Amino acid sequence: MATITVPRPKLNWRERLYLPAIVAGLAITWKHFKNMLLGRTKVTMQYPEQKWDSHLPEHYRGAPALVRDEDGRVRCVACQLCEFICPPRAIKIIPGEIPSTDRFAKVEKYPEAFDIDMIRCIFCGMCEEVCPEQAIFLRKDYAITGFTRAEMVHHKEKLLEIGGVMHGVVLKWNEKK
Amino acid sequence: MDSFFVITSLLKIVGILVLVLSMVSYAVYAERRVSAFIQDRLGPNRVGPAGLFQPIADMFKLLLKEDFTPRNVNTFYYWLAPCLAVMPAIITIAVVPFGSTLFGIPMVIADVNVGILFVFAIASLSVYGIVVGGWASNSKYPFLGGIRSSAQMLSYELSLGLAVIPIFFLVGNLRLTSVVRYQIEHGWFIAPFVGHWTNPWKWLLAFPMVISFLVFMIAIFAETNRLPFDLPEAEQELAGGYNTEYSSMKFALYFLGEYAAMITGSAVIVTLFFGGWHFPGIPDGSHGWIFGLINIAVFFTKVAIMIFIFMWVRWTLPRFRWDQLMRLGWLFFFEIALVNIFLVAAILPYAARL
Repeated sequence: MATITVPRPKLNWRERLYLPAIVAGLAITWKHFKNMLLGRTKVTMQYPEQKWDSHLPEHYRGAPALVRDEDGRVRCVACQLCEFICPPRAIKIIPGEIPSTDRFAKVEKYPEAFDIDMIRCIFCGMCEEVCPEQAIFLRKDYAITGFTRAEMVHHKEKLLEIGGVMHGVVLKWNEKK
Repeated sequence: MDSFFVITSLLKIVGILVLVLSMVSYAVYAERRVSAFIQDRLGPNRVGPAGLFQPIADMFKLLLKEDFTPRNVNTFYYWLAPCLAVMPAIITIAVVPFGSTLFGIPMVIADVNVGILFVFAIASLSVYGIVVGGWASNSKYPFLGGIRSSAQMLSYELSLGLAVIPIFFLVGNLRLTSVVRYQIEHGWFIAPFVGHWTNPWKWLLAFPMVISFLVFMIAIFAETNRLPFDLPEAEQELAGGYNTEYSSMKFALYFLGEYAAMITGSAVIVTLFFGGWHFPGIPDGSHGWIFGLINIAVFFTKVAIMIFIFMWVRWTLPRFRWDQLMRLGWLFFFEIALVNIFLVAAILPYAARL
């Protein structure tokens, strides 16, 4: 095995005295201390008061949410593709049938219940990708908290509340078409 | 012994104890804030205005935590060790004059004629808290921490003692009050700008005093187990060292001991080198009780500045390696302190004449 001799740097007397280096180090830490004390350094974000909200990028993946369309219809048609694709199996959908008298009877199905267990959700965004109706989106909400497990399950109402209304994109269920 | 003396002494003891303990809790807070500021963080700033009630929250947390005693420890010594760590640090402050006089009462708990020897004798006992704690824990890391502590103490106690000898050359006795008295008349040892400052020999004498001060302060760093000499603790190598097996209030007592030792060490440094409670232009307590209070305030301000320096150094320097520490102690500071004594002895005849 080859032996590599690492050359030790020869220190002059000033370096061997250590004191100049110690003073230089103290000067550096003092500079940081002083700048922080005078409020010149601004690194820390005071989280609950200041938030990332305005800095979040477009592609940020937060909490998944259901959206309504322009007519106020829940876009989801309960095809359950997101339920199948969901890697941690966080989504549970109970489909219901739309009565034939309804304006949107040709859509046939709607989600009677749509639960996303936010303890399980990994914010991967596969539900958004797989959705043929563009009914589920990952919004920018990131601080999902609760005191109980039951509280952490987002029901349909909660999901719609986060989602809001989405305009355009899919217009195929317009009754005139 | 008259009852007046007993009552005033008791009052002083209670006052100093309360003051030192509250200073300890706020030193912990200050440490966290200073370290945070040095590292561009904010530190605890949520509890109360600017986080000033953090020590109270800390206290409740430590009191309410489970006081766990591991099964294989030597219970008696395991319980004794934290007390041994706190006791010397608090007792030492008894001989340090923290003010001039207040209503004619000298502001020192015990003005003994062996002042500095008492400080050294009692302060050295603090190592027992660590060694006994490390041994009684019956665990590898605390044991190594305890061993390191005792070896460190051996290498630094010598230079600690030798560094102050030049001061007592000048003062003539070991009373800490006379050290302060001498500095009022002749100027602080570290910077003799009071008194006969035009005398060049005085300034020549200040040079070995600075060496003395540096050696003494570095030895105090080692004595109080502060970085860069916190080898007994050494979180990274020894998983916390001697206090690994401790929890709750027993751990807090170790913490308290460390910070109390820091305060006492600062108080001793201030008394020996920075003129104690004296500040140029402020008369002593015999001119009115308000000046007595100001003198006490001046003393504790100086102590606070020293504590800040302790923290500043801690968050600047990395820890010394084990062999480097021993080498520094035995081959470097011991010799410097020894040579320094001769230096002062050589200058002294000239300085005294003028």
